[in-house]
Amino acid sequence: MIVAEQKPLEEIKSLIADYQNVLVVGCGTCVTVCFAGGEKEAGILASSLRMATKLDGNTKQVDHLVVQRQCEWEYIDPIKEQVDKADIVLSIGCGIGVQALVERFPDAIVVPGLNTTFLGLPTEQGIWEERCAACGECILGLTGGICPIARCAKQLLNGPCGGSQNGMCEINPDTPCAWQLIYDKLESQGRLELIMEIFPSKDWSNSRDGGPRKITREDLRLAAEETE
Amino acid sequence: MMNDRENAFHIVAYCCHYCAYAAADLAGVLRLRYPAEIKIVELPCTGRIDAREILLTLEHGADGVMIAGCLEGDCHFQDGNINARRRIERLKQTLSEIGMDPGRIEMYNLSSAQGNRFAEVATEMTERIIELGPSPFRTMVRIEDAVESNP
Amino acid sequence: MTEKNTNGLKSGSNLERILREGHFAVTGELGPPQSADGAVIREKAELLKGYCDAANITDNQTAIVRMSSIGAGAIVQQEGLEPIIQMTCRDRNRLAIQSDILGAYALGTRNVLCLTGDHQSFGNHPTAKNVHDLDSVHLIQMVVKMRDEACFDCGDEMKGVEPRFFVGAAANPFGDPFEWRPYRLAKKVKAGADFIQTQLIYNTERFAEYMQKVRELGLHEQVYILAGIGPLKSPGMARYMRDQVPGLDVPNKWVDRMTEATKGIDKDDKKARRDAWRQEGISIAVDLIKELRQVEGVAGVHVMAIEWEEAVKPIVDGAGLLPRPELSPLPPSDPKKKAS
Repeated sequence: MIVAEQKPLEEIKSLIADYQNVLVVGCGTCVTVCFAGGEKEAGILASSLRMATKLDGNTKQVDHLVVQRQCEWEYIDPIKEQVDKADIVLSIGCGIGVQALVERFPDAIVVPGLNTTFLGLPTEQGIWEERCAACGECILGLTGGICPIARCAKQLLNGPCGGSQNGMCEINPDTPCAWQLIYDKLESQGRLELIMEIFPSKDWSNSRDGGPRKITREDLRLAAEETE
Repeated sequence: MMNDRENAFHIVAYCCHYCAYAAADLAGVLRLRYPAEIKIVELPCTGRIDAREILLTLEHGADGVMIAGCLEGDCHFQDGNINARRRIERLKQTLSEIGMDPGRIEMYNLSSAQGNRFAEVATEMTERIIELGPSPFRTMVRIEDAVESNP
Repeated sequence: MTEKNTNGLKSGSNLERILREGHFAVTGELGPPQSADGAVIREKAELLKGYCDAANITDNQTAIVRMSSIGAGAIVQQEGLEPIIQMTCRDRNRLAIQSDILGAYALGTRNVLCLTGDHQSFGNHPTAKNVHDLDSVHLIQMVVKMRDEACFDCGDEMKGVEPRFFVGAAANPFGDPFEWRPYRLAKKVKAGADFIQTQLIYNTERFAEYMQKVRELGLHEQVYILAGIGPLKSPGMARYMRDQVPGLDVPNKWVDRMTEATKGIDKDDKKARRDAWRQEGISIAVDLIKELRQVEGVAGVHVMAIEWEEAVKPIVDGAGLLPRPELSPLPPSDPKKKAS
């Protein structure tokens, strides 16, 4: 899932400073599960902003609502009326949600209330960890199911570097060394031969380096849209 | 002690059914005095408390909020009071960001047998809030109106 | 591929010739300044010249911005000391690395050390974006390919002179997982590394264990391994390296020796204490070299005395490695003889 966290209130206040009617739009999917932009967080943020702006002597009208998925047209179309009424939309969806609102409501001013942080999972209640870098060319099948692109600080394909100590990464003693994990996994499965050979350099053109990516599935497209 | 309604301080005390609520009851039975500013709301457990609820309470003009749960280790639902403590800690940070004194909210722990203790913390909280002064939001909405508009 | 005039050597660098002729090699290290002052480089080069066969020129070491290793290396070259250009994958992508390799060669440098690079979070620009387009193993492959196949990483043939470097790599025998380290070295050897410089070695027993495995894999016969030596400056530094630096293994006996070095010296006599520590640090380094020289497969030592270049001479001298061999100028190369 996409993991995000709320921006500092001070930054959010500066983003909405010039507008009177604010609509906070949460999202019911990833950011709800990571407690950054769901119903509860939208309510807290709206309440916080009402109080904070009043204390600043510049009371704003702040309403909130939550759509089930901010990244799909059919879920955001129904909020058109509220968006039209607001002077500014404060999206607490991920970066995709923010941009979906921007694209669907061309006249609306939309700003983000979250920092979209990474693709990861809750390893335990209250803790989220990065797992995927969306590099466009998955190598998990060759690395024991542990991603060195997302989890090694230097994205090494032939690791670990000299900074791996007691299973931890030198840049942060709380971060496991991805290559120690890979080694341990493959060793325990008797599959170390997978990393004995030099892992070739990566084709980054499949990643963000190749420019914004797009997938088209002709079999799924609707006839009406295809002719557009 | 009571001023006129407009000038009175209002402190909402969210009390766990299994301890603080019963302690408040006991305080009454023991004829212990605690400030009339304290307005008790019964909760099944402090673990039930939601940051939104406390924020709305403050937004609607309460001068302070106290949350009173069981002694740590004695939660009827195992660790609802510990969850509440963590949430209150975070909420205090939010209050600071908003620009409000985080001292307007406080969590207390006590057992159902501690009628004395309830009266003590209620007095302590009230004194603290009176010192902090009326909530900046008090003039915005009268609590009675807020209750009517947010049943 | 066209036949090249190589005198049967890969690069013809002094370091390559010293190693090929079977001498126990000594390399040093020179850290460029955090300024554009070329005079600093010349002074440091003077301290190393004659006491090592070549000197590493660090590349934004510990991710702190310094004069470029190629720029500083060219100055060192002018001063008559042979540079080993360090090149990290942290700051450049494959385009930048290749163009730098071409430039470094054109400036007359002949050795390159391929590194991943310290993470930028340790340096003075922690908000920088790191590159890591390639890792150190890919970097070795690329520089070797430029030399041996005269082509770029993409496969395009080079038009004109190809850069002929003696290619080095680093190895940390004490990083984890310990059992994997010899295999990681094997990858670097397979990638084409000609020489290896190791991380600082203080635990000779553990290093011997590592070398045992290296010999089992036959790596010592495919690559020249130079053991890393670093003189300790004080007991505090020894403790810091023992406790705080990931990938270093400093046994207590050295810490104790450093501590005891000031026995009988007045606590307030700071200069005498400092001198005693430094003397002991040099003495420990000499002992380490003597011990490491006995390990089969160790072809030389790499003495890292960053910001203490003066220590190199007494260390190398104390280890009986002076004078350094003076090689005769290379004969005109035989065009029929191919590089091996």
